[in-house]
Amino acid sequence: MSCKSDVLVIGAGVVGCAIARELAKFKIETVLLEKETDVGSGVSKGNSGVLHTGLYYPKGSLKAKLCVEGRLMFPELAKQLNVPYKLCGKHVIARTDEELEDLECLKAVGEGNGVHGLTIISGEELKKREPHLDALYALHSPVAGIFPPYLLTIALAENALNNGVKIHVNTKVSAIKQVNGGYEVTTNQGVFYTDIIVNSAGLYADRISAMIGLDNYKLYPCRGEYLILDKACHDLINSMVYPLPPKVAGVLGVHLTPTTDGNILIGPSAEFINERKDSRTTKEKVQQLVEGAKDLLPSIPLNEIIYGFSAVRNKITPPEEKESRDFIIREDAENFINLIGMESPGLTSSPAIAKMVAELIKRKMDMKEKIDFDPIRRRTTPFSEASRLEQASLIKADPTYGEIVCRCEQVSKREVLDALNNPISAKTISSVKYRTRAGMGRCHGGFCLPRIVEILKEEYGLLPEEIKLKNLDSPLFIGKTKDLKENEKNE
Amino acid sequence: MSDFTFRDVDLVVIGGGPAGLAAAISAKKNGVQDLIIIERNNWLGGILPQCIHDGFGLELFQEPLTGPEYAQRYIDEINELDISYTLNSMVLEITPEKKVFIASPKGLFCFQAKAIILAMGCRERTRGQICIPGTRPAGVYTAGVAQNLINLQNVMVGKDVVILGSGDIGMIMARRLTLEGAKVHAVVELLPHTNGLPRNIQQCLIDYEIPLLLSHTVTEIHGRNRVESVTISPVDKNLKPIKGKEKKIICDTLLLSIGLIPENDLSKNCGVELSSVTGGALVDENLETSVPGIFSCGNVLQVHDVVDFVTLEAERAGKSAAEYILGKPRKVERIRVEAGNGIRYVLPHNIPSDTDLELSIRVICPGEDVSIGFFDGENLVKTKKFRKVHPAQMIKIKLTINETRAIKTLKAEVLQK
Repeated sequence: MSCKSDVLVIGAGVVGCAIARELAKFKIETVLLEKETDVGSGVSKGNSGVLHTGLYYPKGSLKAKLCVEGRLMFPELAKQLNVPYKLCGKHVIARTDEELEDLECLKAVGEGNGVHGLTIISGEELKKREPHLDALYALHSPVAGIFPPYLLTIALAENALNNGVKIHVNTKVSAIKQVNGGYEVTTNQGVFYTDIIVNSAGLYADRISAMIGLDNYKLYPCRGEYLILDKACHDLINSMVYPLPPKVAGVLGVHLTPTTDGNILIGPSAEFINERKDSRTTKEKVQQLVEGAKDLLPSIPLNEIIYGFSAVRNKITPPEEKESRDFIIREDAENFINLIGMESPGLTSSPAIAKMVAELIKRKMDMKEKIDFDPIRRRTTPFSEASRLEQASLIKADPTYGEIVCRCEQVSKREVLDALNNPISAKTISSVKYRTRAGMGRCHGGFCLPRIVEILKEEYGLLPEEIKLKNLDSPLFIGKTKDLKENEKNE
Repeated sequence: MSDFTFRDVDLVVIGGGPAGLAAAISAKKNGVQDLIIIERNNWLGGILPQCIHDGFGLELFQEPLTGPEYAQRYIDEINELDISYTLNSMVLEITPEKKVFIASPKGLFCFQAKAIILAMGCRERTRGQICIPGTRPAGVYTAGVAQNLINLQNVMVGKDVVILGSGDIGMIMARRLTLEGAKVHAVVELLPHTNGLPRNIQQCLIDYEIPLLLSHTVTEIHGRNRVESVTISPVDKNLKPIKGKEKKIICDTLLLSIGLIPENDLSKNCGVELSSVTGGALVDENLETSVPGIFSCGNVLQVHDVVDFVTLEAERAGKSAAEYILGKPRKVERIRVEAGNGIRYVLPHNIPSDTDLELSIRVICPGEDVSIGFFDGENLVKTKKFRKVHPAQMIKIKLTINETRAIKTLKAEVLQK
């Protein structure tokens, strides 16, 4: 296969998808390549899902600027893309008088970055807002918010696709060559030709960059583990709860984050590792998270933990450095735009990063706005979010709404079918999970997995061995029963 | 016009598994005419249709039935008695006023019940709840899910298998997978004793030469996309892995049989008080919960070892619900039943005095020649001797009206030899 585009974006994490969606507004050919089976398969799905205020970043840095811009762009974007979010606010807590100074410092940095509404409140005031928390003081940021980061990524990709961007999943770049002022990009799915490359490969951005000889970047993979608490704990906290950041670059410390769905996330840990694929969870970090959580919230019910996960961040700051280095977003070679070190606050910044990259591209080529760009991404109404009366109407109009596939999250067959019909054509158990929440609840797939398998077999005609957990190499089954016995006989 | 269907019903039975079926049959036989079973699957029988091995019904029918056969006896009776049921129907919510909201492809229903029997069964504990470290690949299944996939959908989950936990389903799946041509490399159990019935150890593991590793656990799962191996390790007295003794087993599948949790999420919402020990409702001798008119039976009340006991318990719940609906007066003064030394729990949790009773008891440790005593204060009311006791086996003990005459308290205890 070969394909010619104006702009080719490598990596469909939240930043790559935001860029693709931004470019979809213009009359140019945009192609987005992703090595995994679905978009948002890396750290874009494995983070706290926080809309950051911009408290921590040095004034004048790209991180400070893009984080604040991104946050201001977010509500409109979330509305267009139908991504739920909640401005639940955030409390950074201090336990000693010395820590009060650190809170004041943070407040000053935040205000310098243009964050409004920051206040330092007393322990008593905190107790009124967060009855389960004990602290002497807290820095309150009312504008901080939460949202499901995987849904934003998926929505950006699907909306980009709807507006003409071509997305190729399971497509891994192996070589890039400069040809006639443009580039020839070799992948496992054929060769792509493009005028401009945007390297948003996240954890692998250094390797993509090295493919054209820019091998001066070094990324430091840093694994972050999380634990998830059952929705039954949803009323334990009303806002995000952070300790003061430990004195390690770019690390915010174990914090508690409510999710828009009512779970609580504990984490992340921060551990520099050698192998960037190594996204396992460890006994040591689970222990550390448990202790960190107990420290913030002594009454936290640890028997309500329903799952643990981890993801690997791409840090550009070496472990030994105290100050976090800034994002690198620039045209590093002719028609080659590098995005290096897209760590936190990359998620919050992503809409602003996309704008900035589009501006860089505008300098290179003539980009006319499409008049028919449709910014709205339609989302199947989740059954669980509808009122009883609405549920009754939904079922009446479409009986598949009345068939509950996921018990814990009350996800209907309608939602599962729509998720499987996604325009990216990702038909894995994970692609259903991240679109619908089926399998994210307390039984963690015990009820819904057999049902989704049945749907994949019966409605999509997949053979058992074609059903995958998350990518092409993760088959759920080795075949039908009796196959092993048959093979034995044949041997 | 609303798309919503309201209806008054005397009795709503939630769950059409063995407990729900027996409870409904018993309620009908005891005089309830207007009742309905709500079942989320598109079949009756709950988990039984996937339990294609035999051994069901030994207690009640003195014959070894398979799960589907056992279920069918009750399904036939449901049909004979003309008890209505609705399949593919998920209860979304039960309110304290006993309104039951149900979603099904036929529509959204709200049943206003006079009485409710909770018979939702249990769910399996997962990897996440015990925080097994490692990667998150395909090939990690709970034993019951694997059983469903293999027996109902005829798909094969893997060919080199390690099973963590020696619960009954785990052992039964060890045999099932072996019969399908897979190699079960080990059944790994954290505790120094198994968690399932002795007959399953013999018939599922020993008969098939499947190694059982007691006092061991899985400490890590490996493999990025599909399970490639697991690390197992012996554990010390405090159940902590012993460093330096780890061993890797190459496998493509890890099955988990690490416990069952009564599925009481609906019960919590309607105000039913739960026991922190059993995870099931606190009930009295009628199996009535803390909410008058709401009863609980089967694995949603306490996880049973044998389905026959589920049936017997559910029959009592059905009878009690009928008495409640028909307005039979009940004794009001209550005695709290306590679990003393060596006893994990006793059920029911509260009783009146001067009554015939059947108690379900689980011990904490296995033992031989064990006596269990029942005390009213210092006063020993009854003792019962057992040749063998095991935490995996539920003990049933009857107390007569004479034994409970004028008692003020009741506590069960394993007696010191």
